[in-house]
Amino acid sequence: MPKTFLVDTTRCTACRGCQLACKEWHDLPANHTKQLGTHQNPPDLNPNNLKIVRFHEYINDQGDVVWNFFPDQCRHCLTPPCVDVADMAVPGAIIHDKKTGAVLATEKSSKLSEDDAQAIQEACPYNIPRRDPESGRLTKCDMCIDRVSAGMQPICVKTCPTGAMVFGEREEMLPLAQKRLETAKKRWPKAFLADMEDVSVIYLLADTKDKYYEFAAFM
Amino acid sequence: MTNHWIDIKNADAVLIIGSNAAEHHPVAFKWIMKAKDNGAVLMHVDPKFSRTSARCDFHVPLRSGTDIPFLGGMLNYILANGLYQKDYVNNYTNAAFVVGDGYAFEDGLFSGYDAATRKYDKSKWALAKGPDGGPVVDPTHKNPRCVINLMKDHYSRYTLKNVSDVTGVSQDNLLKVYKNFCATGRPDKAGTILYALGWTQHTVGVQNIRLSSLVQLLLGNIGIAGGGINALRGEPNVQGSTDHALLYNNIPGYHGTPQAPWQTLAEYNKANTPVTAVSNSANWWGNRPKYVTSLLKGWYGDAATPENDFCYSLLPKLEPGEDYSYMFAMDRIYNNKIKGGFIMGVNPMNSFPNTNKMRVALDNLDWLVCSEIHNSETTDNWQRPGVDPKTKKTEVFLLPSAHRIEKAGTISNSGRWLQWFDKAVEPAGEARNFADVVVPLFNTIRRMYKEEGGVLPEAVLQMNWTDKYDPEDWARRINGFFWADSKVGDKAYKRGQLVPTFGVLKDDGTTSSLNWIYTGSWTEEDGNKSRRRDPSQTPMQAKIGLYPNWSWCWPLNRRILYNRASVDMNGKPFNPDRAVIEWDGSKWVGDVPDGPWPPMSDPKGKLPFIMVKDGLAQFYGPGPADGPFPEHYEPAETPLASHPFSKQLSSPVYKYHKTDMDKIAPPADPRYPIVLTTYSLTEHWCGGGETRNVPNLLETEPQLYVEMSHELAKEKGIKNGDGVVLESARGNCEAIAMVTVRIRPFTVMGKTVHLVGMPFAFGWTTPKTGDSTNRLTVGAYDPNTTIPESKACCVNLRKAEKLTEIG
Repeated sequence: MPKTFLVDTTRCTACRGCQLACKEWHDLPANHTKQLGTHQNPPDLNPNNLKIVRFHEYINDQGDVVWNFFPDQCRHCLTPPCVDVADMAVPGAIIHDKKTGAVLATEKSSKLSEDDAQAIQEACPYNIPRRDPESGRLTKCDMCIDRVSAGMQPICVKTCPTGAMVFGEREEMLPLAQKRLETAKKRWPKAFLADMEDVSVIYLLADTKDKYYEFAAFM
Repeated sequence: MTNHWIDIKNADAVLIIGSNAAEHHPVAFKWIMKAKDNGAVLMHVDPKFSRTSARCDFHVPLRSGTDIPFLGGMLNYILANGLYQKDYVNNYTNAAFVVGDGYAFEDGLFSGYDAATRKYDKSKWALAKGPDGGPVVDPTHKNPRCVINLMKDHYSRYTLKNVSDVTGVSQDNLLKVYKNFCATGRPDKAGTILYALGWTQHTVGVQNIRLSSLVQLLLGNIGIAGGGINALRGEPNVQGSTDHALLYNNIPGYHGTPQAPWQTLAEYNKANTPVTAVSNSANWWGNRPKYVTSLLKGWYGDAATPENDFCYSLLPKLEPGEDYSYMFAMDRIYNNKIKGGFIMGVNPMNSFPNTNKMRVALDNLDWLVCSEIHNSETTDNWQRPGVDPKTKKTEVFLLPSAHRIEKAGTISNSGRWLQWFDKAVEPAGEARNFADVVVPLFNTIRRMYKEEGGVLPEAVLQMNWTDKYDPEDWARRINGFFWADSKVGDKAYKRGQLVPTFGVLKDDGTTSSLNWIYTGSWTEEDGNKSRRRDPSQTPMQAKIGLYPNWSWCWPLNRRILYNRASVDMNGKPFNPDRAVIEWDGSKWVGDVPDGPWPPMSDPKGKLPFIMVKDGLAQFYGPGPADGPFPEHYEPAETPLASHPFSKQLSSPVYKYHKTDMDKIAPPADPRYPIVLTTYSLTEHWCGGGETRNVPNLLETEPQLYVEMSHELAKEKGIKNGDGVVLESARGNCEAIAMVTVRIRPFTVMGKTVHLVGMPFAFGWTTPKTGDSTNRLTVGAYDPNTTIPESKACCVNLRKAEKLTEIG
């Protein structure tokens, strides 16, 4: 049975502990960034940031401010389209670990051409993989496969202080997700579980997906 | 905190005001989320919609500097609608006390004001005295001079209209908060108020907090689970540093610093030890002489004897009325009255207001010693942008400091828990922790005194000091020792053994303690209690998340202060579902009660507010420097020329300086029409001196920004991400515009007032990130604490042609 994350955005405070912990665990260097008029920084996923928190703000119909936070990462799809597309170019460039459900970009991904990498990114319903121009490798969340294989939680989950992120066996996460959804719906009638049937990283969103990020959900 | 972090989960209503809890306490915020899970309503009142607001049920935007009208309106709402908890108010507060004839309040001024000194004669505010010297009490509240009647009268001016006009909060929004929070004025409901620097950093900072205590007392929310007034401390050990007298005006354990008129210990004790005429008041501060003598004994050991007044004469004495706080120290440096000094653990050249003055002032020093992890705007002030280092005379000694994880010792958290931390790693290179800097330094001074002599050698040489710093040794000294063989009950203690509890501290020199509130933290019987990590608890304690065996908490492991106010006169909890303590007929169970006495209905019972003289919580007290009741005054710099509460625009007693570099813009100055508020952010810590040097943190928040509304941006022709120049009466500052819906224009007194917000975490030593925001902020201070008004000043801004500080 694969592992599953539940990311309950109604509990997220955008502290970005997950974003930072991910970098630290993977020993990724800091990018040189600039203030561009938003707290979202770095502005996008990149080889040094496999997870970022996205911010979206607007005024709703009642005139109230809404500020949505979206800790974005690979969804580790149950049937990952990136694996199929990559296999057509370089077999084994991306693999799907059946035991954990982790979708992993391997060293072989460095053999992918820029066009191949582009095609893989476009095949991803969530616009996740990024090509490292220096090594040529595809980079993305690896579910902390080293930690998970050793019986530990992914570092982003371990770091989350408010319980916005939970990780465990899929059979345990699905009912928890439903329970959280019921709670969320009382306050946010539009709340839904994004693409629950297809992904190992299930987001509980309180608002329509465009109010988070264009690739927040596929359906 | 009167309560503690876990206890927030017990609240039915959480009012976060003057704090951005989610951003500045991201881990502890889980307990606020837990309250929400339990069904609590979460409210955030703050100028800006922040990450805290996003998780609350609703956010109410408030113009910075108008918390007193906001809460004053709530007080009026409670009193006018009779929503207060009557048993609590009648039995546990001084609502029925009669105020003396000297007190008056007229058009914004209390009686006793002297405009020349900007001070009040507080004796005018005394309570009426009965023949026994005790308070005059009218339980019927018929006397118009009863505290509750004067309070009603005072806040009757805080009508919804007046409050809305001044705060910029709509009447609907005012009522939304008032109704939700005041619903906790029932015995079975609890409301908590969480605040932080958003309240303290005002010229009316103390009164902001005092007014919250008036609200909480009316609602019966002090002493109960899920209630209280909770200061969310912004630094891991700021509670501990306060307890141990980081501030000049007290010595460890909350005793006033000796002053020149008190030349003997007897004079000190007489001036500082309250006496009550109320027979069932515990008047705990009546014990002060025991704690002060034990402190002197801790400081001077065997040299402290009854014959020499326990070395009291060796202590430095303050001149009454003089202000020795850091802002006044900087002013003295500016005026060439101080020649050298130590600045450690603070970065004044970035974090203090009116930084341009601070930077020029520091140039006046001949020598300066700093101990830091990284170079800072303070250590490198002599080579700051725009000055020629060759013209700066200051010789700077920069000592490498250890990081806090590179040392062992205790930290006292916001909830007063004392927790031991082991050293994680050795300090890098030659870095040393603070004590390993100070102890050898002082030993060098002692050696020089011995060899060469000097002024007042006894004060230096007779100290009960140490050759080498050992954190465990000092933790034991803080707890305290017996200095003579003693007996406590049937138990015998030898000289040199640890004192078990502050109840046995004496004023005869047979005991020591470097801080009485920590006595009991390390005992012969139980060892170092700050190391305890035992989650065991009784079912009653489990109901409210009370873990008495996890760490230790001052005083005496009492987790919720004033918990005797959580029970009725018979010792039965007002709310049995969330009982803090309960009298079982022979003893108290639950938390450690505020004193061992039986419930109030017993002739031996005592009143619950044991730290105030007469045992009853004070709606009206001797009063802070600015009045016995909190009153609205505009910030020192305000966009208003008048307000509806009185003709007294700003506080008549706030402190300020008068040098050529201390400018305060006049009210409603058209040159500076925009309100600026400043704050910290999750990703950087305070002035950023530490976190700007952590590349991954700098990546997330790389440069100084100014948050502003779309409306203001449009007015000024500014687009999101543009460079901006801000100016105040004191200086200029560059920032990047963050144009956001999270800040909206306020309608104040019928006109539009814009507010902008900036962090203060960026400084020039981290190139191209921006420089001190505090070059804009104002040198105006609370009259009680001298905390600067960093939360409100007036500025203007324009689109920058070109940026030099940010790139």
